[in-house]
Amino acid sequence: MIKLKLDNVNKQLGGARILRDVSLEIAAGEFVVFVGPSGCGKSTLLRLIAGLDSICGGDLLIDGRRVNDLEPRERGVGMVFQSYALYPHMSVYDNISFGLKLAKTDKISLRERVLKTAQILQLDKLLQRKPKELSGGQRQRVAMGRAMAREPDILLFDEPLSNLDASLRVQMRNEIARLHDRLGSTMIYVTHDQVEAMTLADKIVVLNGGRVEQVGSPRELYERPASRFVAGFLGSPKMNFLTARLHAPGETSLVDTPVLGMTSLPFDSSNLAAGALLTMGVRPEHISLKVAEAAAGIVVTGVEYLGSETYVHLETGQDEPLICRCEVSAGWQAGDRVELQLDIDKLHLFDDDGAALKRTPHIIENLRSDVSLHAVRV
Amino acid sequence: MSLRQLKKTLLRFGFWCLIGVLLLYAVFPFYYAIVTSLKPSSALFEVSYWIHNPDFSNYATVLHQASFLRAIANSLIVSLCVVTLALFLSVTAAYALGRVKFRGRGTVLMMVLGVSMFPQVAVLSGLFEVIRALGLYNTSWALILSYTIFTLPFTVWVLTTFMGQLPHELEEAAIMDGASPWVTLTRVLLPLLWPALVTTGLLAFIAAWNEFLFALTFTLTDAQRTVPVAIALISGGSPHELPWGLLMAASVLVTVPLVILVLIFQRRIVSGLTAGALKG
Repeated sequence: MIKLKLDNVNKQLGGARILRDVSLEIAAGEFVVFVGPSGCGKSTLLRLIAGLDSICGGDLLIDGRRVNDLEPRERGVGMVFQSYALYPHMSVYDNISFGLKLAKTDKISLRERVLKTAQILQLDKLLQRKPKELSGGQRQRVAMGRAMAREPDILLFDEPLSNLDASLRVQMRNEIARLHDRLGSTMIYVTHDQVEAMTLADKIVVLNGGRVEQVGSPRELYERPASRFVAGFLGSPKMNFLTARLHAPGETSLVDTPVLGMTSLPFDSSNLAAGALLTMGVRPEHISLKVAEAAAGIVVTGVEYLGSETYVHLETGQDEPLICRCEVSAGWQAGDRVELQLDIDKLHLFDDDGAALKRTPHIIENLRSDVSLHAVRV
Repeated sequence: MSLRQLKKTLLRFGFWCLIGVLLLYAVFPFYYAIVTSLKPSSALFEVSYWIHNPDFSNYATVLHQASFLRAIANSLIVSLCVVTLALFLSVTAAYALGRVKFRGRGTVLMMVLGVSMFPQVAVLSGLFEVIRALGLYNTSWALILSYTIFTLPFTVWVLTTFMGQLPHELEEAAIMDGASPWVTLTRVLLPLLWPALVTTGLLAFIAAWNEFLFALTFTLTDAQRTVPVAIALISGGSPHELPWGLLMAASVLVTVPLVILVLIFQRRIVSGLTAGALKG
């Protein structure tokens, strides 16, 4: 069932277009994460849904009803703010019950609801405290409690964990995930942290420059990014990009890359001309290294040791070094000469505009998927 | 003793000397007023800096004058009304000016600041006509109206600064909770603003309590006079006698409450006046 629908939503501020024709459907009970670099419009989009900013063009529908002109409280949404924005002069109980009181809830059910909310969030013992007497994580929970108390169908989170330290962030992330399982309400969550996006989301919406770049499950976005932007945005360290040139277009593309030489790849490039500029993308974990003979292969320029893994930097003559993620036991050191092995199934090709080329799946089976691409000498 | 230590000691000595001079400058007139008020009129012109035999006859005389008590009551009514009215108007104005972004907001603020620079004398005759036209001459309302006019720019300006510092998300949280602007103002923002309210309220109170020119011009009879005018009009037995003892006793009586008020709220005033300047 569609809970919330955005239909060509636009937002302008001054002369700047913050959001351009955003269309999106969110199903009931879904956990949707808006993610993107700062200034991409993700927070604005959330505020439009909340009703804190007005929509310049297009429609916002909740349960099939157009809500563009409704007040926030009439939309059935609750919101958790980045700075929590708790009322500093009110106790936890009053913070949570403020909205209910304004909605003229009768005393008995008000108390019941506050206590129920507090119990879900483990705030039972803190109800009489003031916000300043709470720790960061507790404040965060009060902020969620306040948003939940009126039992809205849609809960909005605006970068709720960005004020917490790293360990608490992981803990609160898990609590939010559990809360979603328990309440089953629709949640929309804004973050610039891709780990939060990947771990929490049923569906990620990647925004860039006010436009929706791609919508999909975390796995879809990671494994089949629709554009070079999405490919580079998700994943850390980010995907390696190599400039390549299309040699012969067709259902399988013959591509010439400076590092890896001429290669036949299972991507459909029939609509492109020979000689077109392409970008080949490969994630650091999809490169494996093999010792090369002396004076052959690529030189390792640096090794970053992270404990659980190492990042090996390779000099390829391109703008940025190639990074590959290796096991610590491999023991690579700067100065080693290596050959690359790539899994063709895990490669990505993007055209000059950054759009991903379509894969031709039946061809993958015909090719050996563990084909080794021997590096040419730099 | 090394040179460095000597220098340090001398500097410290000089510092405390300076503080002593300042203290003397600020407090001595008030102290001498107290001393004078406690002398019988026969001892008035003996110069002494210490109270030897406190004589409370001046206080007794002043407090037995019905017109003086009446003036204190008038001053109290006028000042409290001014404070209430000015705070109400300036809080609502500050909400609009400090929280809502609209075109011309800067112009309005500059106008408010500009208005506060008019000297009282410049508007005195005009204001007199207004008060006559409104039929408020020789009533407390004349003073309440004119004091409020002169207090508002200051209170609006200070409260706007405070209001602008409260985080925006707080107001948005209240909106999400379904609060109307009035509820947001009274139940979310005002409780956080009260140090500012105390500061501006107290300063408005002092200004109204001490005001002389308007009080002299807009009132005529003893029944409507406020304390500063009443004190100025206290006269002695003959036209050539100035009853210094009575004057000083009356002055001390109307100043002490203010001093006590300021001492109680001094920390608030300091934090209130500086909170507009610094973040955090």
